[in-house]
Amino acid sequence: MTLSQLEIGEIGIVKEFTDLEMSVKLMEMGCLPGEEVRVSRIAPLGDPIAIHVSGYQLSLRKFEASTIILH
Amino acid sequence: MKADIRVALIGNPNTGKSTLFNALTGLNQKIGNFPGVTVEKKTGYSQLPDGRKAEIIDLPGTYSLYPKSKDESIVFSVLAEKGTGLTPDLVVVILDATNLKRNLLLYTQVADLKIPVIIALNMIDLAKKSGIIIDINLLAKKLGVPVVPVSARKLEGIAELKIAISFANKFALQQESIDVNAIAPELIESISREIKTNNPYFALQLAHQHENIAFLTPAESDRIEELEKEHSFHSQKAQATETIARYSYINDVLYDTVKTPVTAHDETHSNKIDKILTHKVFGFIIFLGILMFMFQSIFAWSAYPMSLIEELFVWIQGALRNILPVGPLTGLLIDGVVAGLSGVMVFIPQIAILFAFISILEDTGYMSRVTFMMDKIMRKVGLNGKSVVPLIGGFACAVPSIMSTRTIENWKDRMITIMVTPLVTCSARLPVYTLLIALVVPNRNVWWLFNLQGLALTGMYLLSLVSAIVVAYVMKYILKSRERGYFIMELPVYRMPRWNNVLFSMYERAKTFVLEAGKVIIAVSIILWVLSSYAPSDRFEKIEQKYQQPQYTKTIKPDELNRIVSSEKLENSYAGVLGHVIEPVIKPLGFDWKIGIALITSFAAREVFVGTMATIYSVDGDATRIESVQEKMRNAKNPHGQPVFSLAVAFSLMMFYAFAMQCASTVAVVYRETKDWRWPAAQFAYMTVLAYAAAFISYNLLK
Repeated sequence: MTLSQLEIGEIGIVKEFTDLEMSVKLMEMGCLPGEEVRVSRIAPLGDPIAIHVSGYQLSLRKFEASTIILH
Repeated sequence: MKADIRVALIGNPNTGKSTLFNALTGLNQKIGNFPGVTVEKKTGYSQLPDGRKAEIIDLPGTYSLYPKSKDESIVFSVLAEKGTGLTPDLVVVILDATNLKRNLLLYTQVADLKIPVIIALNMIDLAKKSGIIIDINLLAKKLGVPVVPVSARKLEGIAELKIAISFANKFALQQESIDVNAIAPELIESISREIKTNNPYFALQLAHQHENIAFLTPAESDRIEELEKEHSFHSQKAQATETIARYSYINDVLYDTVKTPVTAHDETHSNKIDKILTHKVFGFIIFLGILMFMFQSIFAWSAYPMSLIEELFVWIQGALRNILPVGPLTGLLIDGVVAGLSGVMVFIPQIAILFAFISILEDTGYMSRVTFMMDKIMRKVGLNGKSVVPLIGGFACAVPSIMSTRTIENWKDRMITIMVTPLVTCSARLPVYTLLIALVVPNRNVWWLFNLQGLALTGMYLLSLVSAIVVAYVMKYILKSRERGYFIMELPVYRMPRWNNVLFSMYERAKTFVLEAGKVIIAVSIILWVLSSYAPSDRFEKIEQKYQQPQYTKTIKPDELNRIVSSEKLENSYAGVLGHVIEPVIKPLGFDWKIGIALITSFAAREVFVGTMATIYSVDGDATRIESVQEKMRNAKNPHGQPVFSLAVAFSLMMFYAFAMQCASTVAVVYRETKDWRWPAAQFAYMTVLAYAAAFISYNLLK
């Protein structure tokens, strides 16, 4: 299961990443393996999405979210 | 100004870094660029309590020393580079107390470079409010650096921070954060030997970033590349390992220093606002409302100060004319320099108002929501969610709008936005359109409801927006991006705007525009003045002699005679000669050489078209009254006895003004924002080609 498949309000735990380059940026932003993520909203046109991670709100595109595999 | 100590401010975006910078330096600051790049560099001076003077450098906000954009890449260069006159003696790392975990990542990277560091723990008041308890003394002890709690917005803790700066160590005493050597032991050792450094993290950073660092010689950079191959170093894997190690260290540090309640108060508060502002329906309605309000205000609020500035300059010109003796130097000063200066100053109200809005939108956190909502549509045409604001601002004036594209982090998105913004119908095109539409479009209603003239004008506005989108779409495929497009972006919590920052931003932008774009505009005005007030050989003398003959002086009133003389002078000036020269080129568009003169003189600013038409057709009475210009233009006949301004010619002219880059200020500001003459040149070229094609097509269709 990937982060892009979660609905608003659903929670997941980050397991690993499928894209190394993207993962480096995501981890710098506090989105690390073991971290809890919650989808807080989806943009009016369906993309991008906003997630709650390590104490703040982060927005990323659906494609970027699909590189995050959850437990 | 010479400073005793150089301090760099560094921190994540949205941590109140610029507020702290303003609090430390006051108005004593200047904006420039870092050498060789277009990344904005803000420096200022601060008086320390021990009497010394500190130079403060505000570095671009970044989440890590590994850059995601060009702006961020400057941060490591400034920290590491020796001998550029920018190397800081001390780094003040600003941390957002409400989100210490992510903020500390950058701190640990800077700390490992072994530069003396102080932590400014900002937004300490907001952290307290949301129930976050921080043991500041323990945090300082664990990290081994001074930690000063501040609230930059409320100006609390600024004095303490200044004291901490003046007592700062000359040596880095911070604790080691992670075991850097463990990431790539052999490589770090060989690079350290190669470039003679004893800092393993500096060596590791060079391994990652050597290609983008100016102070390494090509030989050194190649040598590092060789060493990387030798030790099979994988940059991204190493970064991943490092980031995980750093967060594990940060978790250790925060374990007994920070207590966070389950849900932070601010977050839920922000969430409620987001539910409305990014709502499927209301979100767009509110955004549209804000844009319309912005657009209206730029138009309405700037009208009065702009006419005030214009009147002031007219008065100055009049006063100078009375004082100074008549001569070429006086003419140059009054009609060249002062007129050019007036052309620069008149933009200040629009720039200040647009930047007030943008600064408020950014400060409150709303701008990132705009990007969030618009990203999907704008990405399709090669633009960015943030491009919406410059494009709409372009309806008022392209100059401040292009300056505002700095908020777009992605290089390619920003360039495309800069390239297409001048296509949007700006307020300077309005007088040209109204003049020409009133001339050829009948003032009557169709289907009872729609006024034909109004429809034509609306059509021109829509056309401009469509053409901007089409050109952006084409450029998306032409421009090669140097960065991969990310959209990993923080949505900061909503906060009240800081009015001080709003004022600073209005003042700074206006100042920057006047100082930098002003030079080019004044130069162009002077050139145009020379072109229209001098003539080859003795043509002017002949005209004056001709009209001094009694057959003219006796039959024509002096006022009328003056107008005829100046009209004939303009026709014979270098501008007039140029008009004749370009006539064969513009003939297929339906333009004669008189229109050619107007095209040349209105290069400095489009609205000059109306004034030039008034001079050419020696309009009597108040030349600024559009009706009298219209009357003369309506009666103008070509050598075949047909009216010059037929429907075809008028629309051809409007098409030309819709697409052509008839604005020296925009050219100047595009150069300032890109620091490369090829951008404004390319823009000028593509817009001229478009203008020519559109005018040619509409002339031949309507002829």
